[in-house]
Amino acid sequence: MSNKLILKFSKISILTFLVLLLPGSTAMAAEQSIKLADVARGLDTFWVLFAAFLVFFMQAGFGMVEAGFIRAKNTCNILTKNFLDYCMACLAFFMFGYAIMFGSGNAIFGAKGWFLQGATSGANVPLFAFWLFQAAFCGAAATIVAGGMAERMNFKAYMMYSFLISATVYPLVGHWVWGGGWLASLNFADFAGSTVVHLVGGSAALIGTIILGPRIGKFNRDGTPNVIAGHSIPLASLGVFILWFGWFGFNPGSTLGISNGDLIARVAINTNLAAASGAIIAMFTVWKQFGKPDLSMIMNGALAGLVAVTAPCAFVSPAAAILIGSVGGVLVVFGVWLLDRLHVDDPVGAFPVHGMNGIWGTLAIGLFGQKALGLANNGLFYGGGFTQLGIQALGALSVASFVIVTMGIVFKLIDVTIGLRVSRDEELKGLDIGEHGMESYAGFQIFVTE
Amino acid sequence: MKLIIAMIQPHKLTDVKRALFEAEVHKMTVTNALGCGQQKGYTETYRGVEEEVNLLKKIRLEIAVNEDFVKPTIDAIIKGARTGKIGDGKILVLNLEECIRIRTGESGGPAIG
Repeated sequence: MSNKLILKFSKISILTFLVLLLPGSTAMAAEQSIKLADVARGLDTFWVLFAAFLVFFMQAGFGMVEAGFIRAKNTCNILTKNFLDYCMACLAFFMFGYAIMFGSGNAIFGAKGWFLQGATSGANVPLFAFWLFQAAFCGAAATIVAGGMAERMNFKAYMMYSFLISATVYPLVGHWVWGGGWLASLNFADFAGSTVVHLVGGSAALIGTIILGPRIGKFNRDGTPNVIAGHSIPLASLGVFILWFGWFGFNPGSTLGISNGDLIARVAINTNLAAASGAIIAMFTVWKQFGKPDLSMIMNGALAGLVAVTAPCAFVSPAAAILIGSVGGVLVVFGVWLLDRLHVDDPVGAFPVHGMNGIWGTLAIGLFGQKALGLANNGLFYGGGFTQLGIQALGALSVASFVIVTMGIVFKLIDVTIGLRVSRDEELKGLDIGEHGMESYAGFQIFVTE
Repeated sequence: MKLIIAMIQPHKLTDVKRALFEAEVHKMTVTNALGCGQQKGYTETYRGVEEEVNLLKKIRLEIAVNEDFVKPTIDAIIKGARTGKIGDGKILVLNLEECIRIRTGESGGPAIG
């Protein structure tokens, strides 16, 4: 954010306010003008920290969605993974991630600020506030994978994976897009992370679940998929509401300052509308295709809309946001169906929600983006031709293939060293008992027949 | 007429059902049960304190059959549930005195089939 904007903001509101408070103190005028910049910075810091807290709360949302969509016997395990991946992401992002993502370096990676020593902030807020906001994002990318690989992945392997993605793969992509890397210099746009966060998490989930293989009993011998129903739709819906709520920090917070109220308001309304239209269109799609308005798919639709609008939310009109969310709602239903046909077992729909819609949201900038709203070029539907769309496609494609290749290697390495998957017996008995020796619902009789 | 009661591993239910359907046995009652036999339990820990769990989760299957279906039913249950390890379960066969279908009032063999 530029100093001009700060000054503009100060003039409009704070100056008036302070002048009213301190009538007649003309001698302090010079001193005040210095302090006003501090006040503006303080307010920006508050905004970024507040957004960081909201994004942190999304961990609870991910936890509840994933817990609700899997079986009771693995609930303690998935929640432990959710807890630990955030913790691992924080330490990894502190030690290595931030330096790679925002440190000065070359077009591929940054290399300054290890352990935050000598690191600088990427916005007009203190480094620690900016770090916390970015660390919460990093944690969100890491946690997406837990759902895709749920109910069968070794816990130790998961901890190692979450450290590695947060220390290396996520910050590398982040550097390309937000840290002044090669995609940034091509004018690739991703406002709040459809590519950086969701496509990274979604692609890692896809390659992870492919390497792990499907859960026992998911596919019949003739290849047809079975229903493995989630054990708590109430928990999952709570999780989706929490995620939706947290997204108001994720997207609007990515303005990294409060001086441009128009921008924040646009981002917020676009975020909300895309989620709503994603849910509605997913509902109609699943209703028409499979006969009933399936709540689990409606919720996936809202998340799909949110993921899709995350990149374009700053650069598009509310009407475009509704369209973007709607396409997300169709994509997610189709994506879940397609993965079942391809015999890829993704228990919570991590790839259809975060991967496919991460790509869609990134491309949507090239279609609906407007130069008047701060984009480098107009999108295809605003007479800008294919320039921006081409850049967006290149970015999405490079990030998806980079993550699939690197995370594929990481998962293979973990597989040959620690072992990626639990034993058959443990999978049947449940990972709660097998990995943690405790049950999620002690005192309830939870029976397992598949 | 016999009543066949089988205790099986919960996760073998799908296999047992498939085997029974192949043997043209389509009627059964399934309940969740807790029990212990030769199979040892497992340990749970909660906040550092260990707890021995020796009542294990099992599935109880009840099937009433006419005489000529006794053997095929037993064979199908074994085919579906057997892994060769301790804990596969047991099959109990009881004489069944009477069977009445509530809807029609039929009794005996026709009521079972």
